[in-house]
Amino acid sequence: MNSFTYARPDDITEALREKSIQVETTKFIAGGTNLLDLMKENVERPTRLIDLNRLPLSQIEELPDGSLRLGALATNADTAYHPEVQSRYPLLNQAILAGASPQLRNMATDGGNLLQRTRCYYFYDLATPCNKREPGTGCSAIGGYNRIHAILGASAECIATHPSDMCVALAALGATVQVSHPTGERSIPFEDFHRLPGNTPHLDNNLTPGELITSIDLPAKGFEKNFSYLKLRDRSSYAFALISVAAALELDGDRITDARLALGGVAHKPWRDQEAEALLIGQPATSDTFRRAAAKVVEGAQGQGSNDFKIELAKRAIVRALKQAAEMSEEVNVNVFQNSNP
Amino acid sequence: MSTVIQKPLDHQPPSLPPTQSVRLTINSQESHFTVAPWTTLLDALREHLDLTGTKKGCDHGQCGACTVLIDGKRINSCLTLAVMRDGADITTIEGLGTPENLSPLQQAFIDHDAFQCGYCTPGQICSAQGLLNEGKAKTEAEVRELMSGNLCRCGAYPNILSAIMEVMDKDGLIMDTKEWSAGGAKPEMDPINS
Ligand SMILES: Cc1cc2nc3c(=O)[nH]c(=O)nc-3n(C[C@H](O)[C@H](O)[C@H](O)COP(=O)(O)OP(=O)(O)OC[C@H]3O[C@@H](n4cnc5c(N)ncnc54)[C@H](O)[C@@H]3O)c2cc1C
Ligand code: SF4
Ligand code: FES
Ligand code: FES
Repeated sequence: MNSFTYARPDDITEALREKSIQVETTKFIAGGTNLLDLMKENVERPTRLIDLNRLPLSQIEELPDGSLRLGALATNADTAYHPEVQSRYPLLNQAILAGASPQLRNMATDGGNLLQRTRCYYFYDLATPCNKREPGTGCSAIGGYNRIHAILGASAECIATHPSDMCVALAALGATVQVSHPTGERSIPFEDFHRLPGNTPHLDNNLTPGELITSIDLPAKGFEKNFSYLKLRDRSSYAFALISVAAALELDGDRITDARLALGGVAHKPWRDQEAEALLIGQPATSDTFRRAAAKVVEGAQGQGSNDFKIELAKRAIVRALKQAAEMSEEVNVNVFQNSNP
Repeated sequence: MSTVIQKPLDHQPPSLPPTQSVRLTINSQESHFTVAPWTTLLDALREHLDLTGTKKGCDHGQCGACTVLIDGKRINSCLTLAVMRDGADITTIEGLGTPENLSPLQQAFIDHDAFQCGYCTPGQICSAQGLLNEGKAKTEAEVRELMSGNLCRCGAYPNILSAIMEVMDKDGLIMDTKEWSAGGAKPEMDPINS
């Protein structure tokens, strides 16, 4: 780890002011579970850390319009186990509990979860070229070992994936990210928050360097009756997703009246597919319908060699997750605890 | 364009950022010390406070050997800075029991032979204590899942699980006794939390 100075402001204005002084080399720190990990590897080398933990942003509260506001500093554990999240947004509860470990979830914050960086092994390895870490040096994963890499939305400059589970559920639910900067505030719809790599793979998202996430707001509709978060990985717990699927349905008898579908582990951002959702809405909740939606999602998917299997895996996972959401069988509840291998 | 400034570098030692003072309550004792800002809580415990019960396995949040309790909640002490925990109440393995008066989990780990080399054990026990404090695990499958943040290279998992299950059983915390299989003996108590 490089040396750095440290400040612990008590309010948002002061935090934003501190950050603005040397905006590029100063970093906010929340749970520290991603930033400190990367600093130990010298991938991140901030010269000053602004500790956010004293800011009054750890509340989870209902807003007048029925939406639920998750403070940026609420921990992943407190969020997953919050009674309102458990009863109204069980999809989010499942996604969070499918990620990391109890210890990490006790530290990791909701804001930090959005901003965690890719787990691409070359990104972590200073000895190899990486356009995300050092723009212009090349991408070692293309033509290299790329089992965990993207099959959708990648570019010739970067094929990394966003590793979060929580964000896949937030994408499906259509959350909004609330942000403060020195001269005001703005709201970013979840789908516009993370970026595809294009020719700027060093940018993971559309937050500008001086901005602070203050909360993540969940719309009132939580799809609490029919949902599934299915996470497939190399071991059944404490591992990042190879593929994950957040599926949520609204049913009128056998007919689908509303649908949400988002995938993790497949792209540079949590991958919500509204065209596939449109293929579900108005249709009967049958395997045929689910297969058509799955085919739509992987239309144009491209393997990179070691990750070719993910295209078929994604299709099957989508069908299974949608089935689980429609039937709400016992299986849904064991997803978090006992993911069987694909 | 830029002016080249010839600096006699050898004569200017790099200035280190000042150390920061930290106050922690560790195992019910107040402790004051100063550290460089980049000192992790794990390194502060081991190197500055001589509390070497907490182990460093991976130093990257991947093994759980460094697990301690902060205000009763388990965390990985390798991924937090000591300065970030100023004012916190910390319990390490040294604070859970004494050799003469072991905590129920410590005693159960011995009774169930729940370790071989012992390197992961302090983290396992602190994590299990955190699990009991949280009260989310009610079945064996849930204990396994919610202990997955602690790896054991010796593979003592079955005995670790049976040690934890025994303590939970004594506390009446197990919901589904049918699932209880790891330790051989079946718990006698009926679930009280159904
Ligand atoms: C071993 C291991 C396994 C893991 N497994 C999983 C997994 O399976 N699934 C999963 O989803 N995640 C997993 N994680 C990742 C974990 O969820 C993230 O590290 C965590 O959510 C990051 O949150 P944090 O508060 O610790 O962020 P920090 O490390 O504190 O910060 C991360 C980044 O966000 C910035 N930041 C933080 N808060 C704000 C804010 N409010 N406004 C602006 N910027 C901010 C920081 O400057 C930093 O750049 C794992 C992590 C580890 C170490
Ligand atoms: S995939 Fe992206 S992060 Fe990984 S080596 Fe290529 S450029 Fe770097
Ligand atoms: S040493 Fe902290 S998790 Fe391994
Ligand atoms: S007893 Fe050796 S690592 Fe667990």
